Amino acid sequence: MNESTLISLSLFALFAPLAGFIITLLTGKRLKTAYLIENFIISLVLLASIIALFVKLAYYVDKDIVSEITWIDLGIVPIMGKLSIELGILLDNVSLIMMFVVSLISALVHYYSIEYMRGDKRYNRYFAYLGIFTFSMMGIVLTHNILMMYIFWELVGLSSYLLIGFWYEKKSASDAGKKAFIVNRIGDLGMFAGILMIFVTYHTFTFDKIFAAIGEGILPFNSEFWLTATGILLFCGAIGKSAQFPLHVWLPDAMEGPTPVSALIHAATMVAAGVYMVTRIFVMLTGDAMLFIATIGALSAFIPATIALTQTDIKKVLAYSTVSQLGYMVMALGVGAYAFGFFHLVTHAFFKAGLFLGSGSVIHSMHHEQDIMKMGGLKKKMPITYWTFLFYSLAISGIPLTSGFLSKDGILASAMSFGSLTGYHIFAVVGFLVALLTAFYMFRLLILTFHGEPKDHHKFDHAHESPALMTVPLIVLAILSIFAFYTLNPLDAQQGWVLNKWITTPTSVVPESARYPFMVNHETHGSAEAHGQIIHSVEYTESLHHSHYPAMFLSLFVALLGIFIAYMMYEKKKMDADKIAGSMKPLYNFSLNKWYFDELYGVIAIGASLRLTEILKWFDNTIIDGIVNGSGWITKVTSAISGWFDNWVIDGAVNAVAYISGFFGIALKKTQTGKVQTYVALAVFGVMVFYFAMRLL
Amino acid sequence: MSSIGLNHFLIISSILFSLGVFGVITRKNAVMVLMGIELILNAANINFVAFSAYGGFPVKGQIIALFVIVLAAAEAAIALAIVLNIYKNFNNVNVDEIDNLRE
Repeated sequence: MNESTLISLSLFALFAPLAGFIITLLTGKRLKTAYLIENFIISLVLLASIIALFVKLAYYVDKDIVSEITWIDLGIVPIMGKLSIELGILLDNVSLIMMFVVSLISALVHYYSIEYMRGDKRYNRYFAYLGIFTFSMMGIVLTHNILMMYIFWELVGLSSYLLIGFWYEKKSASDAGKKAFIVNRIGDLGMFAGILMIFVTYHTFTFDKIFAAIGEGILPFNSEFWLTATGILLFCGAIGKSAQFPLHVWLPDAMEGPTPVSALIHAATMVAAGVYMVTRIFVMLTGDAMLFIATIGALSAFIPATIALTQTDIKKVLAYSTVSQLGYMVMALGVGAYAFGFFHLVTHAFFKAGLFLGSGSVIHSMHHEQDIMKMGGLKKKMPITYWTFLFYSLAISGIPLTSGFLSKDGILASAMSFGSLTGYHIFAVVGFLVALLTAFYMFRLLILTFHGEPKDHHKFDHAHESPALMTVPLIVLAILSIFAFYTLNPLDAQQGWVLNKWITTPTSVVPESARYPFMVNHETHGSAEAHGQIIHSVEYTESLHHSHYPAMFLSLFVALLGIFIAYMMYEKKKMDADKIAGSMKPLYNFSLNKWYFDELYGVIAIGASLRLTEILKWFDNTIIDGIVNGSGWITKVTSAISGWFDNWVIDGAVNAVAYISGFFGIALKKTQTGKVQTYVALAVFGVMVFYFAMRLL
Repeated sequence: MSSIGLNHFLIISSILFSLGVFGVITRKNAVMVLMGIELILNAANINFVAFSAYGGFPVKGQIIALFVIVLAAAEAAIALAIVLNIYKNFNNVNVDEIDNLRE
């Protein structure tokens, strides 16, 4: 296995789904089994990804492989200098792990959808859309420059739009598709501005070259402030795509799409693209930009967690939970915990995809019932779904022996040490609070769905365990949520191979004065030197070490507390949920109505747009139309005057000439008698007149 | 009353000329019109002779007068021939009725 094989495998994994998309789309109308082609291709892609990941981690673990071609060579451009745009792929550990995650979940969702979508009238088209989504996502993951990332970024937006609105006959589905697309566009605008800033300053889109230039001290407009601004602008793209506050409103609505799509796009991969992008630009983020990112992450973790407490739609609860967990990842990156942020992205992808597929299994067997208040008692009917769902819930709540515990604990420990080093303790507080809320709402969901007595007996009687194509993906994802895949010590991920060997925090290239103080490396840490890639100073490493055990116990405590409250409230019914809700009516309503974000945006964004269109309409009707009508009126008046002038003055002159000629003609006709004597008389008379006239003169 | 001078001749010739013009304009008969023309020519002849006698260039005026007489004779011959042809065409020589020039 050499490097070129690795590159070929990655390129295959990138372009094969595109081929699958085209073939399935073209043959789908006539060939009933076109979906099998797409499934076959995605299986090959999964295989290629596994081999590529294995080879990379086994042989090239410390080496980044880049393959690029020059796309556009503009030569020497005035003002900017030498300019060429490269396309290429960057294979490092992060991108290959991500490629594996994407292809695995994509493949599982493909297989799952064979059963889940059976009988749909656009069955083959659905698989074609999954193909283009996989292609676009692979593009984001593998690209080595931000221009390609932006192109694929828009492509995932497109495939997301197509799949959310897949059942477009439903008004709510087509509306949700539009909403997702438009809200994403707002964030992408910021990202585009950031890309332009980068290109104007560095004349390249390639990550490595940009970072190298920043490392040499070249900054946008020669100021650290603008470097911060560029980082925040790029992060705006992540706010849109990863559904961060304040653009999180599209994700819950996106649940109108088919449930496997929600698992693939809106839980595991596409929404994680924003977080992935932040990991890519992590080294160029200044301290201020990171603080901004951490704040957005904390808000996005907290607000949706409170909303998820009261929702009764099984998918809505999971959607808000997704936003909350994405907020966690963003916050982790913001507080400098690069490795834990990405680690949580991976673990979350598995268990959240599992949760969505589990909920899909429930919805499928309950004949598209999504209200958890009408479920209950499904534990006996659907044992595989139940047990896997329980395991995922334990993982997302952060109970030991699960992958979720490892990554979540790491984030909380990082937040705590961040607090002790910089004084911003709020991130740790929010982290633990969200951990409590997460454990509570997940077990509320679990208990209401699977435990207790069935509420809708008719539907309950028809409920059944889903077929193997749907349960096997659940089991696979549950297995991948076990700690053993990441570390041998179930309590400490730091010791495991994932964080110790595979994911190493890259060195920040930002000028030292613009970094967090603790990221300035005064003396190189012993073990860090081996990799030469640790950005953190000694005090950070020590602080992280110190906060490890407190964070672990505290997070375990809050998780168990959350589960306990949910258990008492919904299983044992020792606490009356309705009574508690009644005693906090305003808060309850606030949460139930999603903090009134939709209403707020309805008033601000939509209302303002409507007002603006009213004003523009008035402007059009009054000013523009006035000008047009005025010029029309002026033309009309001018032409009337000109017409009058023509009719009376010009025609009058012409007619007068003719009339005068005619008059004299008639008058002089009489002299033309033909009689010689008259002529003679006139001649004589004329001579006399002439003579006297001459005399007088 | 003083002796006869240039003015007397000029007055005579003016009267003769006016009578000639009057004849040309008023007579209906073409032959009478021709006679009017003869009067005008002779009025001119008197002027020539008078100016030659009183004007200081004695021979030239008289020679021209002789030319005019010859011319008048030729003219009379041709004009009478024309009148004869007119009579053949129109059966009269009344100039009022011969107004073909109008067309």
